[in-house]
Amino acid sequence: MNAEPLLVIDDLVVEYAAKGFGKKPFRALKGVSLDIRPGECVGLVGESGSGKTTLGRAVLGLAPVTEGSVRFKGKDISHLKRRERRALADEIQVVFQDPYSSLNPSLTIEQTLAEPLRVQNVSAADASKRIRGLLDQVGLPSNSADRLPREFSGGQRQRIAIARALALSPQLIVCDEPVSALDLSTQARVLDLFKDIQEETGVAYLFVSHDLAVVRHLSHRVAVMYQGEIVEYGDGGIVTSAPEHPYTQRLLLAAPVPDPVRQEQRRADRRRLLDSQRDMEVQAGVA
Amino acid sequence: MSNMMMGDGKEPLTQHESNDELTIEQKEVEGLSQGTVVRRRFFRHRGAMAALVVLISLALLVYTSIGLQIFGFRVPGWWQWGYESATPLVNGGNPTWVLPFNFGEHPFGQDNIGRDLFARVMRGTQQSIVVMALYGAIAAVIGIVVGAVSGFFRGWVDSILMRFTDLIIVIPVIVLAAVLGRTVGNLGAVVLGIVLGLVGWPTLARLVRGEFLSLREREFVDAARVAGASSSRIVFRHILPNAIGVVIVSTTLLMSAAILLEAALSFLGFGIVAPDVSLGQLINEYRDAFSTRPWLFWWPGLFIIAIALCINFIGDGLRDAFDPRQRRMPGANGPYRQMFAMVTGRTARQQNAGPVKRAPGDPSRKGGPAV
Repeated sequence: MNAEPLLVIDDLVVEYAAKGFGKKPFRALKGVSLDIRPGECVGLVGESGSGKTTLGRAVLGLAPVTEGSVRFKGKDISHLKRRERRALADEIQVVFQDPYSSLNPSLTIEQTLAEPLRVQNVSAADASKRIRGLLDQVGLPSNSADRLPREFSGGQRQRIAIARALALSPQLIVCDEPVSALDLSTQARVLDLFKDIQEETGVAYLFVSHDLAVVRHLSHRVAVMYQGEIVEYGDGGIVTSAPEHPYTQRLLLAAPVPDPVRQEQRRADRRRLLDSQRDMEVQAGVA
Repeated sequence: MSNMMMGDGKEPLTQHESNDELTIEQKEVEGLSQGTVVRRRFFRHRGAMAALVVLISLALLVYTSIGLQIFGFRVPGWWQWGYESATPLVNGGNPTWVLPFNFGEHPFGQDNIGRDLFARVMRGTQQSIVVMALYGAIAAVIGIVVGAVSGFFRGWVDSILMRFTDLIIVIPVIVLAAVLGRTVGNLGAVVLGIVLGLVGWPTLARLVRGEFLSLREREFVDAARVAGASSSRIVFRHILPNAIGVVIVSTTLLMSAAILLEAALSFLGFGIVAPDVSLGQLINEYRDAFSTRPWLFWWPGLFIIAIALCINFIGDGLRDAFDPRQRRMPGANGPYRQMFAMVTGRTARQQNAGPVKRAPGDPSRKGGPAV
């Protein structure tokens, strides 16, 4: 795991223009730095609006980069032209959050999976062969190919989306909350699928989620985002069990546990933590 | 529940297992392409089907009776009189049609100089259909292109195109069309249809723009972009097919508006002018005869109403068929099956005993579309 980093994000700033003339633009990311090594899974956690999805979109070239750089294999990809970006399609891919909106309702599964292949000029026969392989890889029946997304459940659709991301054998997949729209048991199976695929193909993930448990299950390293900044970045086991930053501590204690006794304990811990952090802030303000 | 999604390990599931969690609505349309579902829904829509039958028979009548004139070629029809030639008055010009099947020499009557009204109404309907079809086609093409471009690219392109669209929308169509019709009306139905089409597109453009604005934010468009698809591929393969329902439906409704617009223009004398004939022009020409020879007035009016109604009904059926929120299909034992069963003397039950097996208590057997 000590190879040259695959993706390096350096001091990245993303701003969205605010509505109205002369208003200050909204800063979604305020100087974020991150690196991903080949075959690694980096988890990205944070509350809603913390900028984790924006970071994923910036890597994909779907968000406007104001400052800083995103380097993939040493090459800056933050301001690519459309044509250059297209050449990256077989290196960086994506799995989106909402399986109901991420598949084109008017294309069959075969057509959906063939899209990336056809764009890269793979012949129809090769594409068809590859699609059978992909369906098998994500555990869908091979007769799915001629059917429409409408006929599949949420978990199955997410598998199709994963198959589409795998079609070109990319080295990095940006997963934007891929399991948060699924129910719990389906979540677990889709997460296992992610894990299996990583073991088989050695693909790296940037795994965005608001759920610490999900991230802990999958990630080698974890970054915690808060209000457009990364507040903690380090080994997954440590960040998700003994975090250093006060925000991560709060986040960890905010996640409920199923055992009522331990949950009671956890709530008390959380209150104590919040109180002590408030005290520290007050003292810092006075001093 | 646990082996529903993925079996253990990676064994592919059989189709049956994999579809366990589909809803009833999904099962009804299972294995059918979107096109098939839409087509079936449309063909089971009572109003639309009746309108389609009426419209097709009208078109057959209109085009076979007095024949066709295209680019100087003349295809003769089976009707004995032309629409321009004056003939000796029979029965004082009154309609000779005695219900039900005794048509006589001039079933719709004659005008004051003895021209056969049936032939004139047929000719007028032909012209109205030409205007309608051209208007629909041209308005649809311009509307789709303008709406797609401004919805997809947004920014200044959108601003310019939409301000231009607003400009055309704020001018009443009838005024704009009258000015244009005055200039080109004597050039015939084809030119009139094209020119009216040039002012009829704004509403469609706005609709298409709205569809594009909402569809381009969907994640499958982002996914296509990440997969390296070009803008044209995204528009034609990913966005347009999903917007086609809106386009088809509103184009049909535009066409029924076109019939009325043409009639209004010709009535005002700004559309098709004598010696050529259109339905509106006929009404205009004979409006003085309203109290003395009312049939000169009724027949063209009846045809205008019939065509406009038919197209509206078809548009209605198309809208229901394309409606994504309505996922169910009218039952196979709907009104047509029943009608068919009545005609052939077989009951719906006997038909079902064959290929389709139904549960004993199936409510759809008693008929009525299960909408």
